[in-house]
Amino acid sequence: MDAPEARYAPPPGQAAIVEALKRGDERTFSGLVAEFSPSMLRVARTYVSSRAVAEEVVQEAWLGVISGIGRFEGRSALKTWIFRILANIAKTRGEREGRSVPFSSVGGREGEGEAAVDPDRFLDAGRWAGHWTSAPSRWPELPEEQLVGREKVGVVEAAIAALPEVQRTVITLRDVEGWSSEEVRNALDLSETNQRVLLHRARSKVRKSLEGYLDGVQT
Amino acid sequence: MSDQQLTCEELVEIVTEYLEGGLSDAERERFEEHVVVCSGCANYLDQIRMTIELAGRVTIDDLMEETKIELLAAFRDWRRE
Ligand SMILES: [Zn+2]
Repeated sequence: MDAPEARYAPPPGQAAIVEALKRGDERTFSGLVAEFSPSMLRVARTYVSSRAVAEEVVQEAWLGVISGIGRFEGRSALKTWIFRILANIAKTRGEREGRSVPFSSVGGREGEGEAAVDPDRFLDAGRWAGHWTSAPSRWPELPEEQLVGREKVGVVEAAIAALPEVQRTVITLRDVEGWSSEEVRNALDLSETNQRVLLHRARSKVRKSLEGYLDGVQT
Repeated sequence: MSDQQLTCEELVEIVTEYLEGGLSDAERERFEEHVVVCSGCANYLDQIRMTIELAGRVTIDDLMEETKIELLAAFRDWRRE
């Protein structure tokens, strides 16, 4: 067996968390629920038809974690293991609802054929073909404080909410929740290229919305 | 490869690959050479970075309180078994 997991070294601190869970430590359990549930809801939402069903799927996944933790041996990251349980439940639930698996089929295509920036923004002929007609402006620096710039965050939030489901999940996990590309690929079963294309389309569209808001450029 | 100039229209399509470290050395060099001389693309790259930073300040939907309470109850029951 030379599976990648065989050589896997768990992140520091994971063994203590797993031990605490096995011991029945409530604070550890609540902490994990608080940390992972928002991402779990987002992932579940790509497989099932509604927010309400996604909530049930996440709940069921946590019950699966509780009943399975005794058998968890730490050969993968706890996070990976939890999201695998979640994905299995969400997939089954989605199939029962008659929804097709979003990633292999639709996910790959969700980002195709869209330009990051409106082609009208570039010259289409001559020596400078492909160069900006109206160049992006320099945006003001963001303030450090979390509270200032709230409207801009609101614009980003609305733009993310308007994205197709899989793009929305990828950008949420990567940029809102700060996951690595590898973690996202594992949780969503995406190829490296797919993950990048989806992230690219998502970020491009959110930037475009911000530009519309900050510079009054039509989107 | 590097004698062929990257256009702005091409650059905006590989900006994610650039930030993800997915470009080859030659491609990365071409990208960086372009950004040095093109303020529009330099601004574009900054705008994408700012987009990422702003996304990091968004808060996302969480479980309902009742669900969390039910889960904690289930965890307690399991511990008692
Ligand atoms: Zn340029």
